Order: sequence, then structure tokens, then C-alpha cells
Amino acid sequence: MPFDDRLIHIDKLDFSYDDRVILRDVSMEIPRGKLVAIMGNSGCGKTTLLRLIGGQLKPTGGFLSVDGQSVPDMPLSNLYALRRRIGMLFQFGALFTDISVFDNVAYPIREHTRLPEEIIYDLVLMKLNAVGLRGAQGLMPSELSGGMARRVALARAVALDPSLIMYDEPFTGLDPISMGVIGQLIRKLNDALGATTLLVTHDVQEALDLVDYVYFMSGGEVVAHGTPDEIRKASDPVVHQFVHGEADGPLRFHFPAPPFGAELMRERANA
Amino acid sequence: MPERLFSAVAGLGHSLNNVFQRLGFAARFFMMLLRYSGQSFCRFRLTVREIYFSGFQSLLIMLVSSLFIGMVLGLQGFETLQRFGSADALGVMVALSLTRELGPVVAALLFASRAGSSITAEIGLMKATEQLMAMDMMAINPIARVVAPKFWGGVLSMPLLASLFSAIGIFGGYLIGVVFIGVDEGAFWSQMQGAVDFRFDIWNGIIKSFVFGIAVSLIAVFEGYDAIPTAEGVSASIRRTVVNSALTILALDFVLTSFMFRGL
Repeated sequence: MPFDDRLIHIDKLDFSYDDRVILRDVSMEIPRGKLVAIMGNSGCGKTTLLRLIGGQLKPTGGFLSVDGQSVPDMPLSNLYALRRRIGMLFQFGALFTDISVFDNVAYPIREHTRLPEEIIYDLVLMKLNAVGLRGAQGLMPSELSGGMARRVALARAVALDPSLIMYDEPFTGLDPISMGVIGQLIRKLNDALGATTLLVTHDVQEALDLVDYVYFMSGGEVVAHGTPDEIRKASDPVVHQFVHGEADGPLRFHFPAPPFGAELMRERANA
Repeated sequence: MPERLFSAVAGLGHSLNNVFQRLGFAARFFMMLLRYSGQSFCRFRLTVREIYFSGFQSLLIMLVSSLFIGMVLGLQGFETLQRFGSADALGVMVALSLTRELGPVVAALLFASRAGSSITAEIGLMKATEQLMAMDMMAINPIARVVAPKFWGGVLSMPLLASLFSAIGIFGGYLIGVVFIGVDEGAFWSQMQGAVDFRFDIWNGIIKSFVFGIAVSLIAVFEGYDAIPTAEGVSASIRRTVVNSALTILALDFVLTSFMFRGL
């Protein structure tokens, strides 16, 4: 079988909850070793796409493979074997709140390997050192700031040296310094581990400075893709509005509603 | 009028449909729980940890409650029995009440409100904060790793707690009946020894508490795992755990009692 340069291959993927369509006809190719961002406004289906890639949701149509294996058709045992090679950083870290920072990072290593405690200790310290939190190993998650919690979660996500790392909104709610630190860590970890990275975000400038390639989504569809420079210069009105943070454009600020005047008049008529 | 009637019947049908649907989900969940229970026994320390949290940490409320219930039984029992000149049978009355009924039932009710609610809250909050999903993405099955040990921890704790409840309750009855009121100590213990049958009374009580343990623990883990991942959702799940557990315990108690003691 020829070596496939694409770690993730998505073709005409559809997903809906009952009648509500979330993703429509999405196609993507994520090459090995690259840092790729999936960008778009809130609710455009970015996080759903990550869950489909991780096998936590099943698509309603289309094709999705990771490392040449069709994810929706995998039995649970194969899916778990695949997930051991995937690290995922959740939006708010999802640290286990009843155990310390050290134990959080050690958790996947202890569950999946039979390494002696001395080696686990060294591995955990290395991971924590990489995110600058070796000194926080004894703290509980409740004692960490948002940025620190995200870094600990990052250390846990890469604890088993995954070949695919997925980040779900890693910059949300962070101050500019933490955002810069997390951004640098994402790039460094991708290069140092030789991993493929998928970054879901709506922080445009931070992501465009960081990634190799961008897929731009809106309303459950891929509306543009290209290198960061191509995205910056894109003429597509949705991408232009998003990249330049314009309030007015094809992406509406207001949720669909009847005309404001008519609604006010109806209220008065009812009074 | 007929429209109101139709809508009431439709509402009732809808509610019944929901109840049966949830029962179906719970049954499927129970099967899955049993399927992934291997780790709870292969890595028994996970279950021991849950026995500590559910069982050991419920000890204080159990022991204090059982002592007072035993003391109340002693007082009420003496007051009634002495009218018929049978105050010496106080020990029998206290022991049978506790081992057959009050021990398993009250211990299970207390267990549901103390440990069941915290099991639901913990699993529900783990779900709301994406911890269960994170575990699943780490290729660690959350039912095997988190839910099953909590379930078996509860199941194994319940008979131990109910036995201790009955023992301390009997001591409470002794304290009031013998030490304070002055019932003959020899009659208290010897009549109890003669009238309480190990297999019939004590063993049936232990079986009851084991069944209650399965019911309460299943309700607690199911409600936590099925919780809507919001503050209101978790709160509603905790409420359902306490209410459904209490009703299930009382209904099961009637069924079990009618099977175990129907010859009397």
C-alpha cells in the first residue's frame, strides 16, 4: 500500500442532529507533520468536526479517515487504539479536579503503560517542564489560573507523544501573554514531536501567525482554504469580514427575528 | 371539555412513554455497566477507593441515626410491651424490627441521600466539565474507569452499612431498655438469641440491603451519567436520585418482604 501523505482525509462529510444540519459537504486533507487551523465563527461546526475525527460522533454521510482507517466504521477496540495516538486539548482543559497537576499528566501514562513509577515521574516532569509548570506539579487544578490549566492540559494531551494533536479553542479566555505562550507551545510541540496538529479556533491573528494552512468554515461548510497569506488576501466576503473583524457583512450579528418595529407594535397591541 | 380530556390523556401517555423510555435506557446502561465491570475487580483498589468514599464516609450519619432509632425503639417498645406484661421481650422486638426492616430500609434511605446524591453530583459534574469526554478521548472507557467502580463500591458498602446500622440500633435499644429503664439484661439478650433466626431474619435482611445497594447505586450512577451537562441539569439529576431511590427502596422492600416473610 503506498504511503499516504494525508493523515486525515475527509470527503463530502455531512452531519446533522435530527433535522438540524451542522456540517454539509465538508472536504479536507490534513497532511502529516503540518499545523492546520480550522477557523470560523461560533457555531459553524468546528468542534463537531473535531469530535467526528475523534470518533465521538458518527457522520450522517461522507467519508472520514485517519491514518488510512475509516473512523466511523471502526469497532470500539480499534477506535481506542487510534485514540491512544491522538492527544486532545479541550476548550477549558477538562483536568480531573480530584487529583493534582502531576497525577493529571501521569494519568494517561499510568492507564496505558506498565512503566515503573520512577520513569513515570521523569516523563511527567519532562512534559511539565516543556509547558513551564514543573514547579506547579503539586498544585490542585482549582489552584491554577485559566492559562496554567490550559498548559497542564496541554502537557497531559502530549503525555504519550501522540502523532495527532487536536486543540479545541485553546486561546479562549486567555490574556495576551498566556495566548502567546500557548501559541508558541503549540508550534514547538508540533515541530519537536513531528506530530500533525489540528487547531480549531476563532482567534484569527494568533492563528494566522502560527499555522501552515487554514480551512475556513461558515454555516457548516468549508468556504475557503489556503495558506495564511492567501486567507489574509481572500476576496470571499465571509472570510474578509471574519479576518478583519467587521460587524457588518454576510455574517449577521442578529439572530433571525421578525422586523423590530412590527414586534414592538404587537407588544403595544397586546398591552 | 372533550379536548381537555384528550389533552390530559395525551399528556399522561407522553409521561408514561418517557418513564418507559428512561427505564429502557437504564436497563441498557446496566448491561453496559456489567459488561465493563471487569476493571472494578481486576483493579480492586479502584473499588476500594469508592467503598471508602461511599461507605466509610457515610458511617457517621449511619451510626448516629441507628443509635437514636434503637433508643426510640427501646422507649416505644417498652411502653407498649409493659402494658401486656412482656417487657422482657424488648430485646426481641428491637432486634427483629432492625434486622428485618429498619436496618436495611433506613440505611438504604440514608445511603441514597448521603452517598447516592454525591455519586450523581460527581459523575454529572465530570460530564459537565468534559472530564468524561476527555477520558474517552484518552482511550479510557469512562464506564469501566469511573462508573463501574462507584457502582460496585456502593453495592458492596450497603450490606456492611446495614449490618452496622442494625448492630448499633440494638445497642441503642439495650442502652435505653436495660441501662436506663431497668429491663432484665439476661432476659433482653437470651430472648433475642432464642427468637432471632440467623438465616430467616439476619440473612434475609442482608439480602434486602444487597438488593437496595444495587438499586440505589444503579440509580445514582445512571442519573449522573445521563445528566444534562448544565448546573440545572446536574441539580435535577441529584433530585431524581434521591426521590427515585427512596421510592424504589420502599417498593422493593414491600416486594421482598412479601416473598421472604409471607409464611408468617
